[in-house]
This record gives sequence, structure tokens and C-alpha cells, in this order.
Amino acid sequence: MNATVQPSGRRPARLTTGRIGLYAFLPISALFFLTPLYVMMVTSLKTMPEIRSGSILSWPSAHNLDAWVRASSQACTGLSCNGIQTGFWNSVRILVPSVAASIAVGAVTGYTLSFWRARGAKTLFAALMIVAFMPYQVFIYPLVRLFAMAGVGNSLLGIVLVHTIFGLPTMTLLFRNHFAALPMELFKAARVDGAGFWRIFLQIMLPMAVPIAVVAMILQVTGIWNDFLLGLVFTGCRNLPMTVQLNNIVASSQGERLYNVDMAATMLTALVPLCIYFISGRWFVRGIAAGAVKG
Amino acid sequence: MQHELPVPHGLVRPGAVSLRGVEIAYGSFRVLDRLDLEVAQSEFLVLLGPSGCGKSTLLNAVAGLTEVDAGEIWVGGRNVTWKEPKDRGIAMVFQSYTLYPRMTVRGNMSFGLQVAGIARAEIQRRVREAAAMLRIEDLLDRKPAELSGGQRQRVAIGRALVREAAVCLFDEPLSNLDAQLRTELRTEIKRLHVRLGATMIFVTHDQIEALTLADRIAVMRDRRIQQLGTPTEIYTRPVSRFVATFVGCPAMGFIAGHLVEGRRFKADGLDLSLDGYQALGEMAAGRPVDLGIRPEHITLAPGHPEAIEAPLELVEPMGSDLLAWVRLGTVSLAMRLPAETPLSLGDRLPVMLPASRFNLFDAASGLRI
Repeated sequence: MNATVQPSGRRPARLTTGRIGLYAFLPISALFFLTPLYVMMVTSLKTMPEIRSGSILSWPSAHNLDAWVRASSQACTGLSCNGIQTGFWNSVRILVPSVAASIAVGAVTGYTLSFWRARGAKTLFAALMIVAFMPYQVFIYPLVRLFAMAGVGNSLLGIVLVHTIFGLPTMTLLFRNHFAALPMELFKAARVDGAGFWRIFLQIMLPMAVPIAVVAMILQVTGIWNDFLLGLVFTGCRNLPMTVQLNNIVASSQGERLYNVDMAATMLTALVPLCIYFISGRWFVRGIAAGAVKG
Repeated sequence: MQHELPVPHGLVRPGAVSLRGVEIAYGSFRVLDRLDLEVAQSEFLVLLGPSGCGKSTLLNAVAGLTEVDAGEIWVGGRNVTWKEPKDRGIAMVFQSYTLYPRMTVRGNMSFGLQVAGIARAEIQRRVREAAAMLRIEDLLDRKPAELSGGQRQRVAIGRALVREAAVCLFDEPLSNLDAQLRTELRTEIKRLHVRLGATMIFVTHDQIEALTLADRIAVMRDRRIQQLGTPTEIYTRPVSRFVATFVGCPAMGFIAGHLVEGRRFKADGLDLSLDGYQALGEMAAGRPVDLGIRPEHITLAPGHPEAIEAPLELVEPMGSDLLAWVRLGTVSLAMRLPAETPLSLGDRLPVMLPASRFNLFDAASGLRI
């Protein structure tokens, strides 16, 4: 063995300036995003006198869950004082059918656009993509009038329809891109086997679209849960989602402002998206990378 | 066409295919020009051509996967031009990746039959029979991801066989396989053809596949069939320089020159007699032509009065034989010689170019003279 011969060139450095910068940046940015969460958490556990006297960063002297109880079942949203829990169930009632419908419609549209050369498919897709970048507000007034005429205004059906329509561009893009990456020959083979539009979709393409369906679900669950504007406009008084009720609690201007209750209510409202992020972080990132246009 | 071997029950139905004036265009881009083609019952027809010549489009049109803009397609005596793929009496094998990934091999093979509403016992019989024929019985419960490339293509062929269609279409089914598997499956497909007697139309850009498999080859170029004939006809009497170059490995060698008085060919430093060449038409003196000759048709003829002394430039041993590159005038030509021929570079070899083996093409049009 010729042990004395050294490889030429300088050994790559383990720790570069770039690395040091990165390691410094990561904790700082983590702190930046975690501080508000920390403040909300500790404030929700404090009593009002303690909030008034101490610093917002101080640790609560006693862990007091009163604010959470009040937020969930006693706080007043508008005229009723049942807390934010009615909003939670309203949101669930809006969420489940909206997510299911928007994913189903998006999957079928994406599948059709990828495999069936429908006349005007390209134009339709281009139109969908343009609409995806338009601000919601533009559509609200026409939609309200349209829904009122059709008799679905101020109802659960109305809001589900709205979420399905507004989810369509993103969902279609997601599924179309997924299906476009599959080989056309697979589709042709199924056609030769005699399968029609729905059979190819249900028995061959959909089973292959499970990963993208998960991504779509994450996007839609967080998007629809966090929605405020559409929920406020289209649901009517009886089905107001949690976000709207949260606003009613937090923004009410009478009497003393109960910071601890506000914080607890906000945390409760954010619970569902937070859980989704924690459970499915990897999938969520993938969803963003898959060309989604809203987060 | 007659086949001696026994044919399994129910596997043969009339399968003559006929294309009449078929035209296809994608928008303003023409893919096929008024194409006519008759494929006889039980014939093995290979569509051979470079990529983009329209051969796959033609096959897709027969399958009903591409709509034709004009013309008619007949299968088994029925005009199927506007029929759905499943109603055409065809089965198809694609290049690759066409097994349904979430289904087992058995599921893949039965899918089409289930769609057609065929009884379970019958499906089982057909799958069993096809699996036995392709020797994939032990793979039936696996998923496509657990199979090798060769096994997947066997399953794809099996999925076509269970349809018991009179016509089997193959769209470059061997192109994604490695060389050894390709040869193996090629033999397998030929064996199946002999056994089933189904009409087979096979698309490939590989001339070896075409020569080995076909009863007839249709060589396609630029949206048209340039030559339609048996492998021997295609190989020995190509109608154009394109066909001559495309078929044969190593490719035919060419010498550019022109015709002169007295049925002779002249090029830089070469003057060859054309006695024995079967010309298609008149051979006008002065006409610029390309003279083509295949490597195995150039021979060594020591002492022969018409032999030409040609310096040896390069030797490529091929195992069973060897290729010797010799210089004739300004061009290098390959000649195929027995592997044990004693040669050393720089030798001057006495080579014979037999006129009966020449292929003369018009220099301008590339067509056979």
C-alpha cells in the first residue's frame, strides 16, 4: 500500500460561513413565529387582574382554565351567549361537504382535462387558471344575487356551493397535473379493455390519485376552515362558521375586553388547521410545491 | 396462410384488416396521407419506420384510439371506422407502463373481461390459459411493481390474449426491454402468432424485429408507406435509398457516381460493369446515381480478372463473422467475412462487387432505378 500519497486539493470545510449563518437564522425565525403562540397560550391561562398588572411575556402565576371554558361555552357572540362551540359545529357542517364536493369535482375535472380531449378543454383550463388569480371580492355581489334568485342564499347548501366553486381552479390544477404525469398509454389500455369515462376514473385513475387527494384535502380543510369572508356573506345567521363567531367575540366593543377569553377562543378556532399542520406537514409542503395557488 | 400447430379453442375469429384512404391530421399538422393497406387474415404485418413517420398513429387508428379525418377502417369484414376500441375485435399491447398499478396481475388480465360482463368461470379459464401460454402462472397474485420489465410485458401480452381478439396490435412492445429480453420475447411473440393464428400488426423502429417477425413489412416514412413487401423483398430489393439504409445491419454501403455508356457505373477511381443488374427502367448515360451494396455481398476473389485491389482500413470482429472496412476510390465499404479470415491492416484485398447484388438509386430522388 502506498499510504503516503495524499489526495490533491483542499479538504472541503465542515463548517462554512454559510452554515453558521443558517444555524443562526433558524432559531431566530423559529422564535419569531413561536412568540405570538406563546403569548396567546400564557395570556389565555391568566386571570384578568394578572394580565392587567404583568408583562405579556410573563409566566402565569396559576394555571387557570376559566377563560377556555368561557370561550368555548359562555362567551357572547352577537345575541346568544353559548360560546364558540356552536361555531365549531357550524364549521364542521360546512367543512365536510365542502371538502368532499370540491375534491370530487376537481378530481373529475382534472381527469377529464388530462385524458379526454374535450372540445375547448384548453380554453376552459386557461379560463380556470385566470379566475384562480382573481380576488374573491369581485364575485361576491353577483353570486349573492344569483344565489338569492336560485333560492340557495343564506343556507348551508349555498356556502358548500361557493366553496366548491372557489376551490375548483386549485383542485383542478392539482389533479390535472397529477394525471398529466401518468402515461397516456395506461388510459389507452383501459379504453381498449372497454372501460368508459366513469369506470376508468373510478377503478384506475382514482386509486392512483390517493396521494394528491390527501394533499387536496389538507389544502381544502385549512382553506375552508380559515375562511371568514365567504362564511360571513353566504351562510346566513344560523350557520355562521367559527371564524365569524370568533370575530364577534373578539371584536365586540362593549364592556371590558377579556383578553384571556379572546386568546382562548382564537386558539380553539385555530385548533383544526394547527392539527392538520402538525399531522401532515410533509404532505402540506408537497401540496404547496404541487402548484397550489392558495395556502 | 396455413398454420400446422393446434389452435386452442375459440381463439380464432376472422381478422383481416383493411385501411382505405385513411387520413389523420392533428390540427394543421398532417400525420397520415391517404393511406391504403390490406392485412390478410392471420398475417403478421410489421410497420417499420423512424420515429414520427406515423406508424404508431396508424396503429392507434386501427385500435380506435385516434380518430381518422377521412377514409375507412375495416376489421373482419366490418366497417369499424367509428366504433369504440372495445367493439373492434382487437387487442393491443403498448410500449410500457400500461399495467394498472393498483391491480394484481390477475386483476389486470381480467379487467377487460369483467367490463365486458363475461362469466367468472370463463374469465378464469381464459386467464389460466393465457398465463400458461406465457409462463406467468406464478405471478398472477403479484402487483405490477413487483415484476421485472420482461414480466410486465408478458402480463401486458397476456391481457391482450385473454380478449381472444382476431387482431392483435403491438405498439413497440419490446423497445423498453434490454437486448437479451427483447430477443426472448420476440421469439415468444412469433411463437404465439404461429399458435394462435391471429392477425398481428406490430409497430417497431427496429429493423431486426421487423425482419425476424414479419410475413410482410410496411416501411413507412413521412406519413406514407414507402415499400410493402416480404422481409426478403425489402432486404434485397429496397425501392428507395431510405429503405435500403433503414433495413440491414450494418447498413448498406453507398458509392456516389453516374451511369456511363455500355451499362457501366463510374465514380472517383472506380469503373464497374452493371451486367447482371436487373434495372427497373431505362439506364440513361450520364445520370447521377448512388450504388448500394450490402456488406455480405462483397466477396474476396483472389486472382479473378475483375477483382479490385482495395486497401484494408479497419477490422471489426463480430464473433460469428467480421466486418472488414475497405477503401474503394473515395469511399469506405464494409464487407462481411468469416471470422477466421486472416487479415492485417494495410493489406490490399482483391474484392469483387457482383453487379447482380447492386442497388442503384437515382441520386436526386433516391428511388430505385
